[in-house]
Amino acid sequence: MKMFIKCSLATAILAASVTTAQAETELVVVSWGGAYTKSQQKAYSVPFMEANKGIKIINDDSSAEAASKLRAQAEAGKVTWDVVDVLPDIAIALCDEGLAVEINPEKDLAKGADGSSAKDDFGDALISPCFIPEIVYSTTIGYRTDKVGDTPPSTIADVFDLKKYPGKRALNKNPTGNLEWALIADGVAIKDVYKELATEAGVKRAFKKLDTIKKDVVWWTKGAQPGQLLADGEVVMASAYNGRLFSAIVENKQPVGMMWDAQLFELDGYIIPKGAPHMKEAMAYVKFATDTKRQADQAKYISYGPARKSSAALVGKHAELGIDMAPHMPTNPANAKNVLYKDINFWADHKDELAEKFEAWLAKG
Amino acid sequence: MSQSSSTLKTADGSLQMADGSSLKANLERSLRRRKRNALLLVAPLFLFILITFLVPIFDMLIRSVDNKITAEILPTTIPLLANWDAKSGKLPDESVFKAFINDAQIANKAKIINRLGKRLNYEKSGTSSLFRKTGRKLKKLDPEKLTSTYKDALIKIDKKWANIAIWQLIQRESGRYTNSHFLSAVDTENSPDGIKWKDEDSQIYLNLFKRTLWLSFLITFLTVLLGYPIAYLLASLKTKTSNLLMILVLLPFWTSLLVRTSAWIALLQKEGVINDVLVTIGLISEDGRLAMIHNQTGTIIAMTHILLPFMILPLFSVMKTINPSYVRAARSMGATSFTAFRRVYFPNTVAGIGAGGILVFILSIGYYITPALVGGTQGTLISNFIAYHISESLNWGLAAALGTLLLLLVLALYILYDKVVGIDNMKLG
Amino acid sequence: MALPLHATTDERIWHYLFLAICTLIFLFLIIPILIVIPLSFNVQPYFTFTPEMLSFDPKGYSTRWYTAFFNDTNWQKAVKNSLIIAIFSTIISTFLGTLAALGLSQKDFPFKTTIMGILISPMVVPLIISAAGMFFFYARINLLGTHLGVILAHAALSTPFVVITVTATLTGFDHSLTRAASSLGSSPTNTFFKITVPLITPGVISGALFAFITSFDEVIVVLFVGSVHQRTIPWAMFSGIREEISPTILAVATLLICFSIILLFLVELLRRRNERLRGLSPN
Repeated sequence: MKMFIKCSLATAILAASVTTAQAETELVVVSWGGAYTKSQQKAYSVPFMEANKGIKIINDDSSAEAASKLRAQAEAGKVTWDVVDVLPDIAIALCDEGLAVEINPEKDLAKGADGSSAKDDFGDALISPCFIPEIVYSTTIGYRTDKVGDTPPSTIADVFDLKKYPGKRALNKNPTGNLEWALIADGVAIKDVYKELATEAGVKRAFKKLDTIKKDVVWWTKGAQPGQLLADGEVVMASAYNGRLFSAIVENKQPVGMMWDAQLFELDGYIIPKGAPHMKEAMAYVKFATDTKRQADQAKYISYGPARKSSAALVGKHAELGIDMAPHMPTNPANAKNVLYKDINFWADHKDELAEKFEAWLAKG
Repeated sequence: MSQSSSTLKTADGSLQMADGSSLKANLERSLRRRKRNALLLVAPLFLFILITFLVPIFDMLIRSVDNKITAEILPTTIPLLANWDAKSGKLPDESVFKAFINDAQIANKAKIINRLGKRLNYEKSGTSSLFRKTGRKLKKLDPEKLTSTYKDALIKIDKKWANIAIWQLIQRESGRYTNSHFLSAVDTENSPDGIKWKDEDSQIYLNLFKRTLWLSFLITFLTVLLGYPIAYLLASLKTKTSNLLMILVLLPFWTSLLVRTSAWIALLQKEGVINDVLVTIGLISEDGRLAMIHNQTGTIIAMTHILLPFMILPLFSVMKTINPSYVRAARSMGATSFTAFRRVYFPNTVAGIGAGGILVFILSIGYYITPALVGGTQGTLISNFIAYHISESLNWGLAAALGTLLLLLVLALYILYDKVVGIDNMKLG
Repeated sequence: MALPLHATTDERIWHYLFLAICTLIFLFLIIPILIVIPLSFNVQPYFTFTPEMLSFDPKGYSTRWYTAFFNDTNWQKAVKNSLIIAIFSTIISTFLGTLAALGLSQKDFPFKTTIMGILISPMVVPLIISAAGMFFFYARINLLGTHLGVILAHAALSTPFVVITVTATLTGFDHSLTRAASSLGSSPTNTFFKITVPLITPGVISGALFAFITSFDEVIVVLFVGSVHQRTIPWAMFSGIREEISPTILAVATLLICFSIILLFLVELLRRRNERLRGLSPN
């Protein structure tokens, strides 16, 4: 009995310590994890917390499942997220479904440091009333330099060439990107990819091409995985976000190289879920994180380009390594010779269908 | 029962208490009281399990047939569409189109129209983008200023609306309840001509059930194969030694599932410990490293390891009760040690194999974490798909239908377990 | 397992073969657990032994992953969450489970098998089904993403272990002891605390330990019912394995193994004490 009382006392004290710890506002910021979240933490969250005592940023690495989890939260009637980092097609879909807050760029976002209005400064990047643009990035192919012989892969067709480059490849467990690449590797011109993919025959063709490497694919679900799979030697090639490959190659000095052919180029940004528990703080956070200085600061930590025009001129050197960041950006002319611009409206409309087909295709084995 | 009482015998022979009441009635009363007390002791837990566990599960299972969304989003269209003859070969009449545009515009404003598109897309691929597109274009459409019929206006937005199949689909899925999720769960679907198999490309779940059952069976078999010698050894050793060796079984049993799974990743990956050892001793070449995770091999090895103690412990407790003199008797009567084992010892352990086997089988058909981490696409089980439909595709109806089938399977095995071992004989550690 | 003196050559071969097979199986059981410990001291961020480690060069070893663990606020929060959730759910499940076991062990309890079957069902129902059901239902009653929700869910999952262990203690329970106490004039309450409680305590505590480890090790339900505020150690490990496998996970694993060794010995001690109390010899 004494032991029981002691136990209860101990737990009561524990419980008390939890409640006091939660007295400050915990702002849940959902993002992609790994090197990317770290760059956001350093460039946005740490200075934000310094400027706003009493707010603590909690990172949740669930962006890969953001749409579904948010739908689930909304359906269940309890939103637990404050700010969510998502891709533009997801932002459009969530906005259509009324799950994201619409913002007014002039009022809710900071003016450019050069005095330009937020609307002009972001320009075309404002693709949806709910979407708060943050960076441009691309999905590219990385490979193990020690496992590909003397001629490293240089075109997207090489990813599908098992004879020339035997071994496992890691691809995103998601139809987006893979279907386009399959078509390009099958001979479709980059500008016709989405026209082809809008037809049933085109979708079949893409899956048929993917079939040729299916047995040798390890599927990843989180942005940090491909770098890990390459580092562990689990695969010889992997599709990965260009910033993650930068961090593997330049920061961690792994035996990894990358190619830019048919890079899948797109935006990334924030939405604020409707019903976010700390709406006011969330609005303050996105305004802070997307101002000219913060946008330029992020490029010091990861090779993603700022979405603001006024930040572009401020992109300088890596914070710790002191190297120039410009050559590592997807927009750098040397890297942007053959670019696949992701058609966000196509994906906003067709994601459900193609994801279902993709999942069935995967399960067929 | 605390009062010590004496009994008296009355004239008619029945027993009576000292205070004159009948002993029989008294005993019955005390029995009733004991039963009531026992029930009162069990009641709190029963209620707790009911509310925190059973009701939630039942609530979820209901979702497998729930279909109120169509009538919610198209409240005026559905009654009109009900009168349409789906087999007439003609499109529904103008009133249906008018009601549909009306309903859709209201739903559009509430931003819920895409939910219906998503729901119907489970039945017919392409419906989701059709609804999204229609929703977007309907925003700009003012019914007051319409120059054409409603029918033409909608078909102008997308010519798929001129396709009878979409209206047949809406009509079929307009009820409060639906069987379509259960049909999907067994790779079939409704069609105007009744239930039929899905396209070859979308038949996945029966295969998945087959794979889950096959892998569970294989894992169960492996645990018997590996567990039997160990249990036999432990049961025949002196208590002191067997207690010591038992630690080797119990330590994995008490170690976190995630610890064991991450250990297997460290062991099995391409540049992991096992491959390194094999390369070093020259059994395989540097390029010939084996792929043991992200496939079925990973799932089988890791799950066999994790579930092995669940086989060893019940086997051990059964073997412990077998009297060694049986085997000795058989031997003394001239049986070889193999015959003695096969004819005398083994039959006595079958109950233990049954107990451990059903337990391992039940646990493995519901496994989720380990296959998700080491299974790749071919080593994943039915649970992984249920999770996928709940948290990624959001096809909750299908998730619930798959869950119901899985649950029925487990319950059948649970009842079997009760028949073989008896639930009240379940032991731990 | 000694070999009889008159064993034939075949039997001898078979005997040693059998011992060899058993040794291999024991290695299969224990190596994955032991291997984690040295790997967690790897100075490199890899999951395998480096040449320096194999030559026992101290330079190949370091405690950097332990430092990383102890300095990471996310891990600290995970430890705290795990402890809070496990402790509270253990209290609830031990209390309710012990009461129920006392009731169930009464002779002629009506519908015993059925009720027992229902009470044990949380252990048998696949976790993904429990998790999904709780996810939808707890959302409705506003328990999603709260500590209370996760605690109640874990309590439900761990009561079967308490019911089973305490019932097992009570099957060997000599009811004549309580009758003797009553006949000597002891009140029911007194009998309960003086006779029943000391006898079932070992069973209750080992049930509580089982309940504790069930909650402490559980990940599926907390992933569904909890939010990031309830992130526990297994949750952090699960997402760690899926993302960046750093040996920090192995450091955590090593600490958890030490923890399970302690629990294992506690349960073993209690089991022996229980057998001694009930006058059963361990054989």
